[in-house]
Amino acid sequence: MTDTSKPGFYEDAGATGTFLDANEMVLNMGPQHPSTHGVLRVILKLDGEKVLGTECIIGYLHRGVEKIAENRTYTMFNPYVDRMDYVASVSNGLGYCLAIEKLLNVEAPPRACYIRVILTELNRIASHQLWLGTHALDIGAMTPLFYTFRDREEILKIFEKYCGARLTTHAFRIGGTQYETYEGFEQDVKKFCKFVTPKIGEYEELLTTNRIWLQRTKGVGLISAEDAIAMGVTGPVLRASGVKWDLRKAQPYSLYEKFDFEVPIGINGDTYDRYLVRVAEMRQSLRIVEQAVDSIPEGPIMAKVPKVIKPPVGEVYVSIEAPKGELGYFVVSDGSTQPYRLRVRPPSFVNLQALDKMVRGALVADVVAVIGTLDIVLGEVDR
Amino acid sequence: MLDYITSYFRSTVTPGQANNQFWALVYILIVFGGVSMIVMIMNWAERKALAHMQVRLGPMRVGPHGLLQPIADALKLFTKEDIMPAEADKPIFWFAPVWVVVVAFTGFIVVPFGVAHAVTDMNIGLLFMLGVSSLGVLGIVMAGWASNSHFPLMGSLRSSAQMVSYEIAMGLAVVSAVLMTGFLGTGMYGIGEGTASGTLSMIGIVQAQQAQHVWFVFKFFPVGLVAFVIFAIAMVAETNRTPFDLPEAESELVAGFHTEYSGLRWSLFMLGEYAAMVAVSSIAITLWLGGWMRPFASIHGPSIAIPFFWEHPELGIVDLVSYLVPAGVLFLLAFFCFFNALRMPKHPAMRPQVIGLWALGVVMGGIGLVLLAPPVRDRIQDIFWFVAKIAVFLYLYIWYRATFPRYRFDQLMRVGWKVLLPVGLGVLLLTGLIGLSPELVMWIKGVMLWR
Repeated sequence: MTDTSKPGFYEDAGATGTFLDANEMVLNMGPQHPSTHGVLRVILKLDGEKVLGTECIIGYLHRGVEKIAENRTYTMFNPYVDRMDYVASVSNGLGYCLAIEKLLNVEAPPRACYIRVILTELNRIASHQLWLGTHALDIGAMTPLFYTFRDREEILKIFEKYCGARLTTHAFRIGGTQYETYEGFEQDVKKFCKFVTPKIGEYEELLTTNRIWLQRTKGVGLISAEDAIAMGVTGPVLRASGVKWDLRKAQPYSLYEKFDFEVPIGINGDTYDRYLVRVAEMRQSLRIVEQAVDSIPEGPIMAKVPKVIKPPVGEVYVSIEAPKGELGYFVVSDGSTQPYRLRVRPPSFVNLQALDKMVRGALVADVVAVIGTLDIVLGEVDR
Repeated sequence: MLDYITSYFRSTVTPGQANNQFWALVYILIVFGGVSMIVMIMNWAERKALAHMQVRLGPMRVGPHGLLQPIADALKLFTKEDIMPAEADKPIFWFAPVWVVVVAFTGFIVVPFGVAHAVTDMNIGLLFMLGVSSLGVLGIVMAGWASNSHFPLMGSLRSSAQMVSYEIAMGLAVVSAVLMTGFLGTGMYGIGEGTASGTLSMIGIVQAQQAQHVWFVFKFFPVGLVAFVIFAIAMVAETNRTPFDLPEAESELVAGFHTEYSGLRWSLFMLGEYAAMVAVSSIAITLWLGGWMRPFASIHGPSIAIPFFWEHPELGIVDLVSYLVPAGVLFLLAFFCFFNALRMPKHPAMRPQVIGLWALGVVMGGIGLVLLAPPVRDRIQDIFWFVAKIAVFLYLYIWYRATFPRYRFDQLMRVGWKVLLPVGLGVLLLTGLIGLSPELVMWIKGVMLWR
């Protein structure tokens, strides 16, 4: 006779099968599912609503970007990187350009660096806005999606005016930027900063102290600092676990050392902290943008780079703080016009492996919340 | 035969009570058509209101301001291919949406739109209504089971657990209101004027509020209010709407129990869901918000007489104003139509829409004029105020949907069992204690004397 009064009995029963011998259900989520953010496929092993285990299957958006790089010249490959993390394409381009510049041993002039910082930080805000909208939608709040998309539109308009493209911008060139800022760029950016500051407050009004939002996000998808570091998780997910690691501060690039900003961190490493960290990051990005616009220097926007880029033999690894985490490029040059090997370290791909750890023992609804909070872009995961 | 039909004209009770099957049938058709109409309007209003809350425009193309969108939607759904999954349990799959619709509309038999404006009145009307409205879950479970697919199954399981849990809290709140019908005093704290056996008849409950000169939401303040709030929360859960829309949680379960449904069958589910929303709203209105009574129904003001227009010497000036409100509302709608027709772009492509809006305004104004005619005016009162209250509830549903995230399953259960249920029990106890306080005081005094 089983002792049902023993504490924890009902929790154990599902695993041991002594009582309520329910069958495990295998639920296939995706690749076509409203909230797997693209074509992620997650196979869930469920006991009722409880998640016993997950298995991620990726590759539905694999385009062989790294292999393509080996068959293109350095300049020709530049637009391809925009197609990896397509919601933060400016960051992708920046990382690639910095890597090739390091290989060539050239440095972009200060004015180009400032333009890069302004656009990258604007892109970070856009990326976080898109994340916030879709994450809230996953948890069931419809309205933030429309608010964030309305405001993201203003950023995309600035991109469009600057380089003609909204999403896959291809904004930077190896050695600087191709385009000078357009007439009224500074005013546009300043106007945007003034416009969006109260809007971030609006998002927070809808969510930050909403009881249901708190219940759905607090204590959900916990990951400790040790686990996060062990898994190589970076970006806001790592910082929400309390690790103050931001490459813009830790190893500044593109003149980030000149700007005054803070690195917001969380305490508990749950979904709510990740939300707070990202919202705080939007505010910090605005701070950087405002400083950069106020002190943007005059001067050339391109360093002296040969027409045909033929870097010396060697290899280089450059990483930047993309909106989703550490975005690294490892480039091996054999002295020809094409990279011998190019390897991308995508933040989404690495962060995604924490999913199983974060949702084990949680409920089905939490899986969706955690996929959202990891802020993955499948274009970047699959490349 | 003619006598049989005309005999009901002199009646002041519902056709069911008057035992007149012909007029009962007519009333059923009117209620069915009216509720379907409300569902269609709700469909449009929800899309528009939600859109405006979310800085969008919503439907704008089909008719002026998308007014014909529900019709276009219905046409699209009717002409869609009828898909039934090969592995589905076919008879049950076919039957589930029919069941949902039939059940959702059956409850309207006892909904009193006015003292004589209901199909019938039963002495267990409220019980009937609650019983029928809780049968809807059966259709959802059937749909989930018959689809033979994982997401619908999980959706329907969630739904059944949710409905059972919230039914209890709902029942406790309802009993509190039924108890109030038995305390005969008038006003918010009218106690000590005796008790009677309460009533479960929907019309009886409204009449009790009329006799006690108080809406039960204000009776024994704040006890009635708390009971009403419990019901208002539980009824959102009963109808599977945000923030309790777990059975069809789009981001988790794709579309929940109706994942495998499309076209006409799917639209039947939607019709059932919206009709159920109207049904539970009418329960709340009947029990707590005075049913068909207008606000401040016991205030009449000085009596007034206008020849040929106002010949109710027993009614006052406030009544006159209230009797003119329905027409006024329609005139306001007509004004909106004209105003927006003038604001429309002057492009020739917009001409059909502008003409349509003018025509709609004329129709609205025309109905308003009809409502001014004394015979109509005196009879439309009850229905108008009841429908207006329903509209407020439906707007709240939209508002919730735009504001709240979705509860998780365990949290939903916690709210139901650990918050609403104890509070409901407390409210029930308090209602009884307050209502019987004079007797209790006397009883305590008696015990003291005896000692």
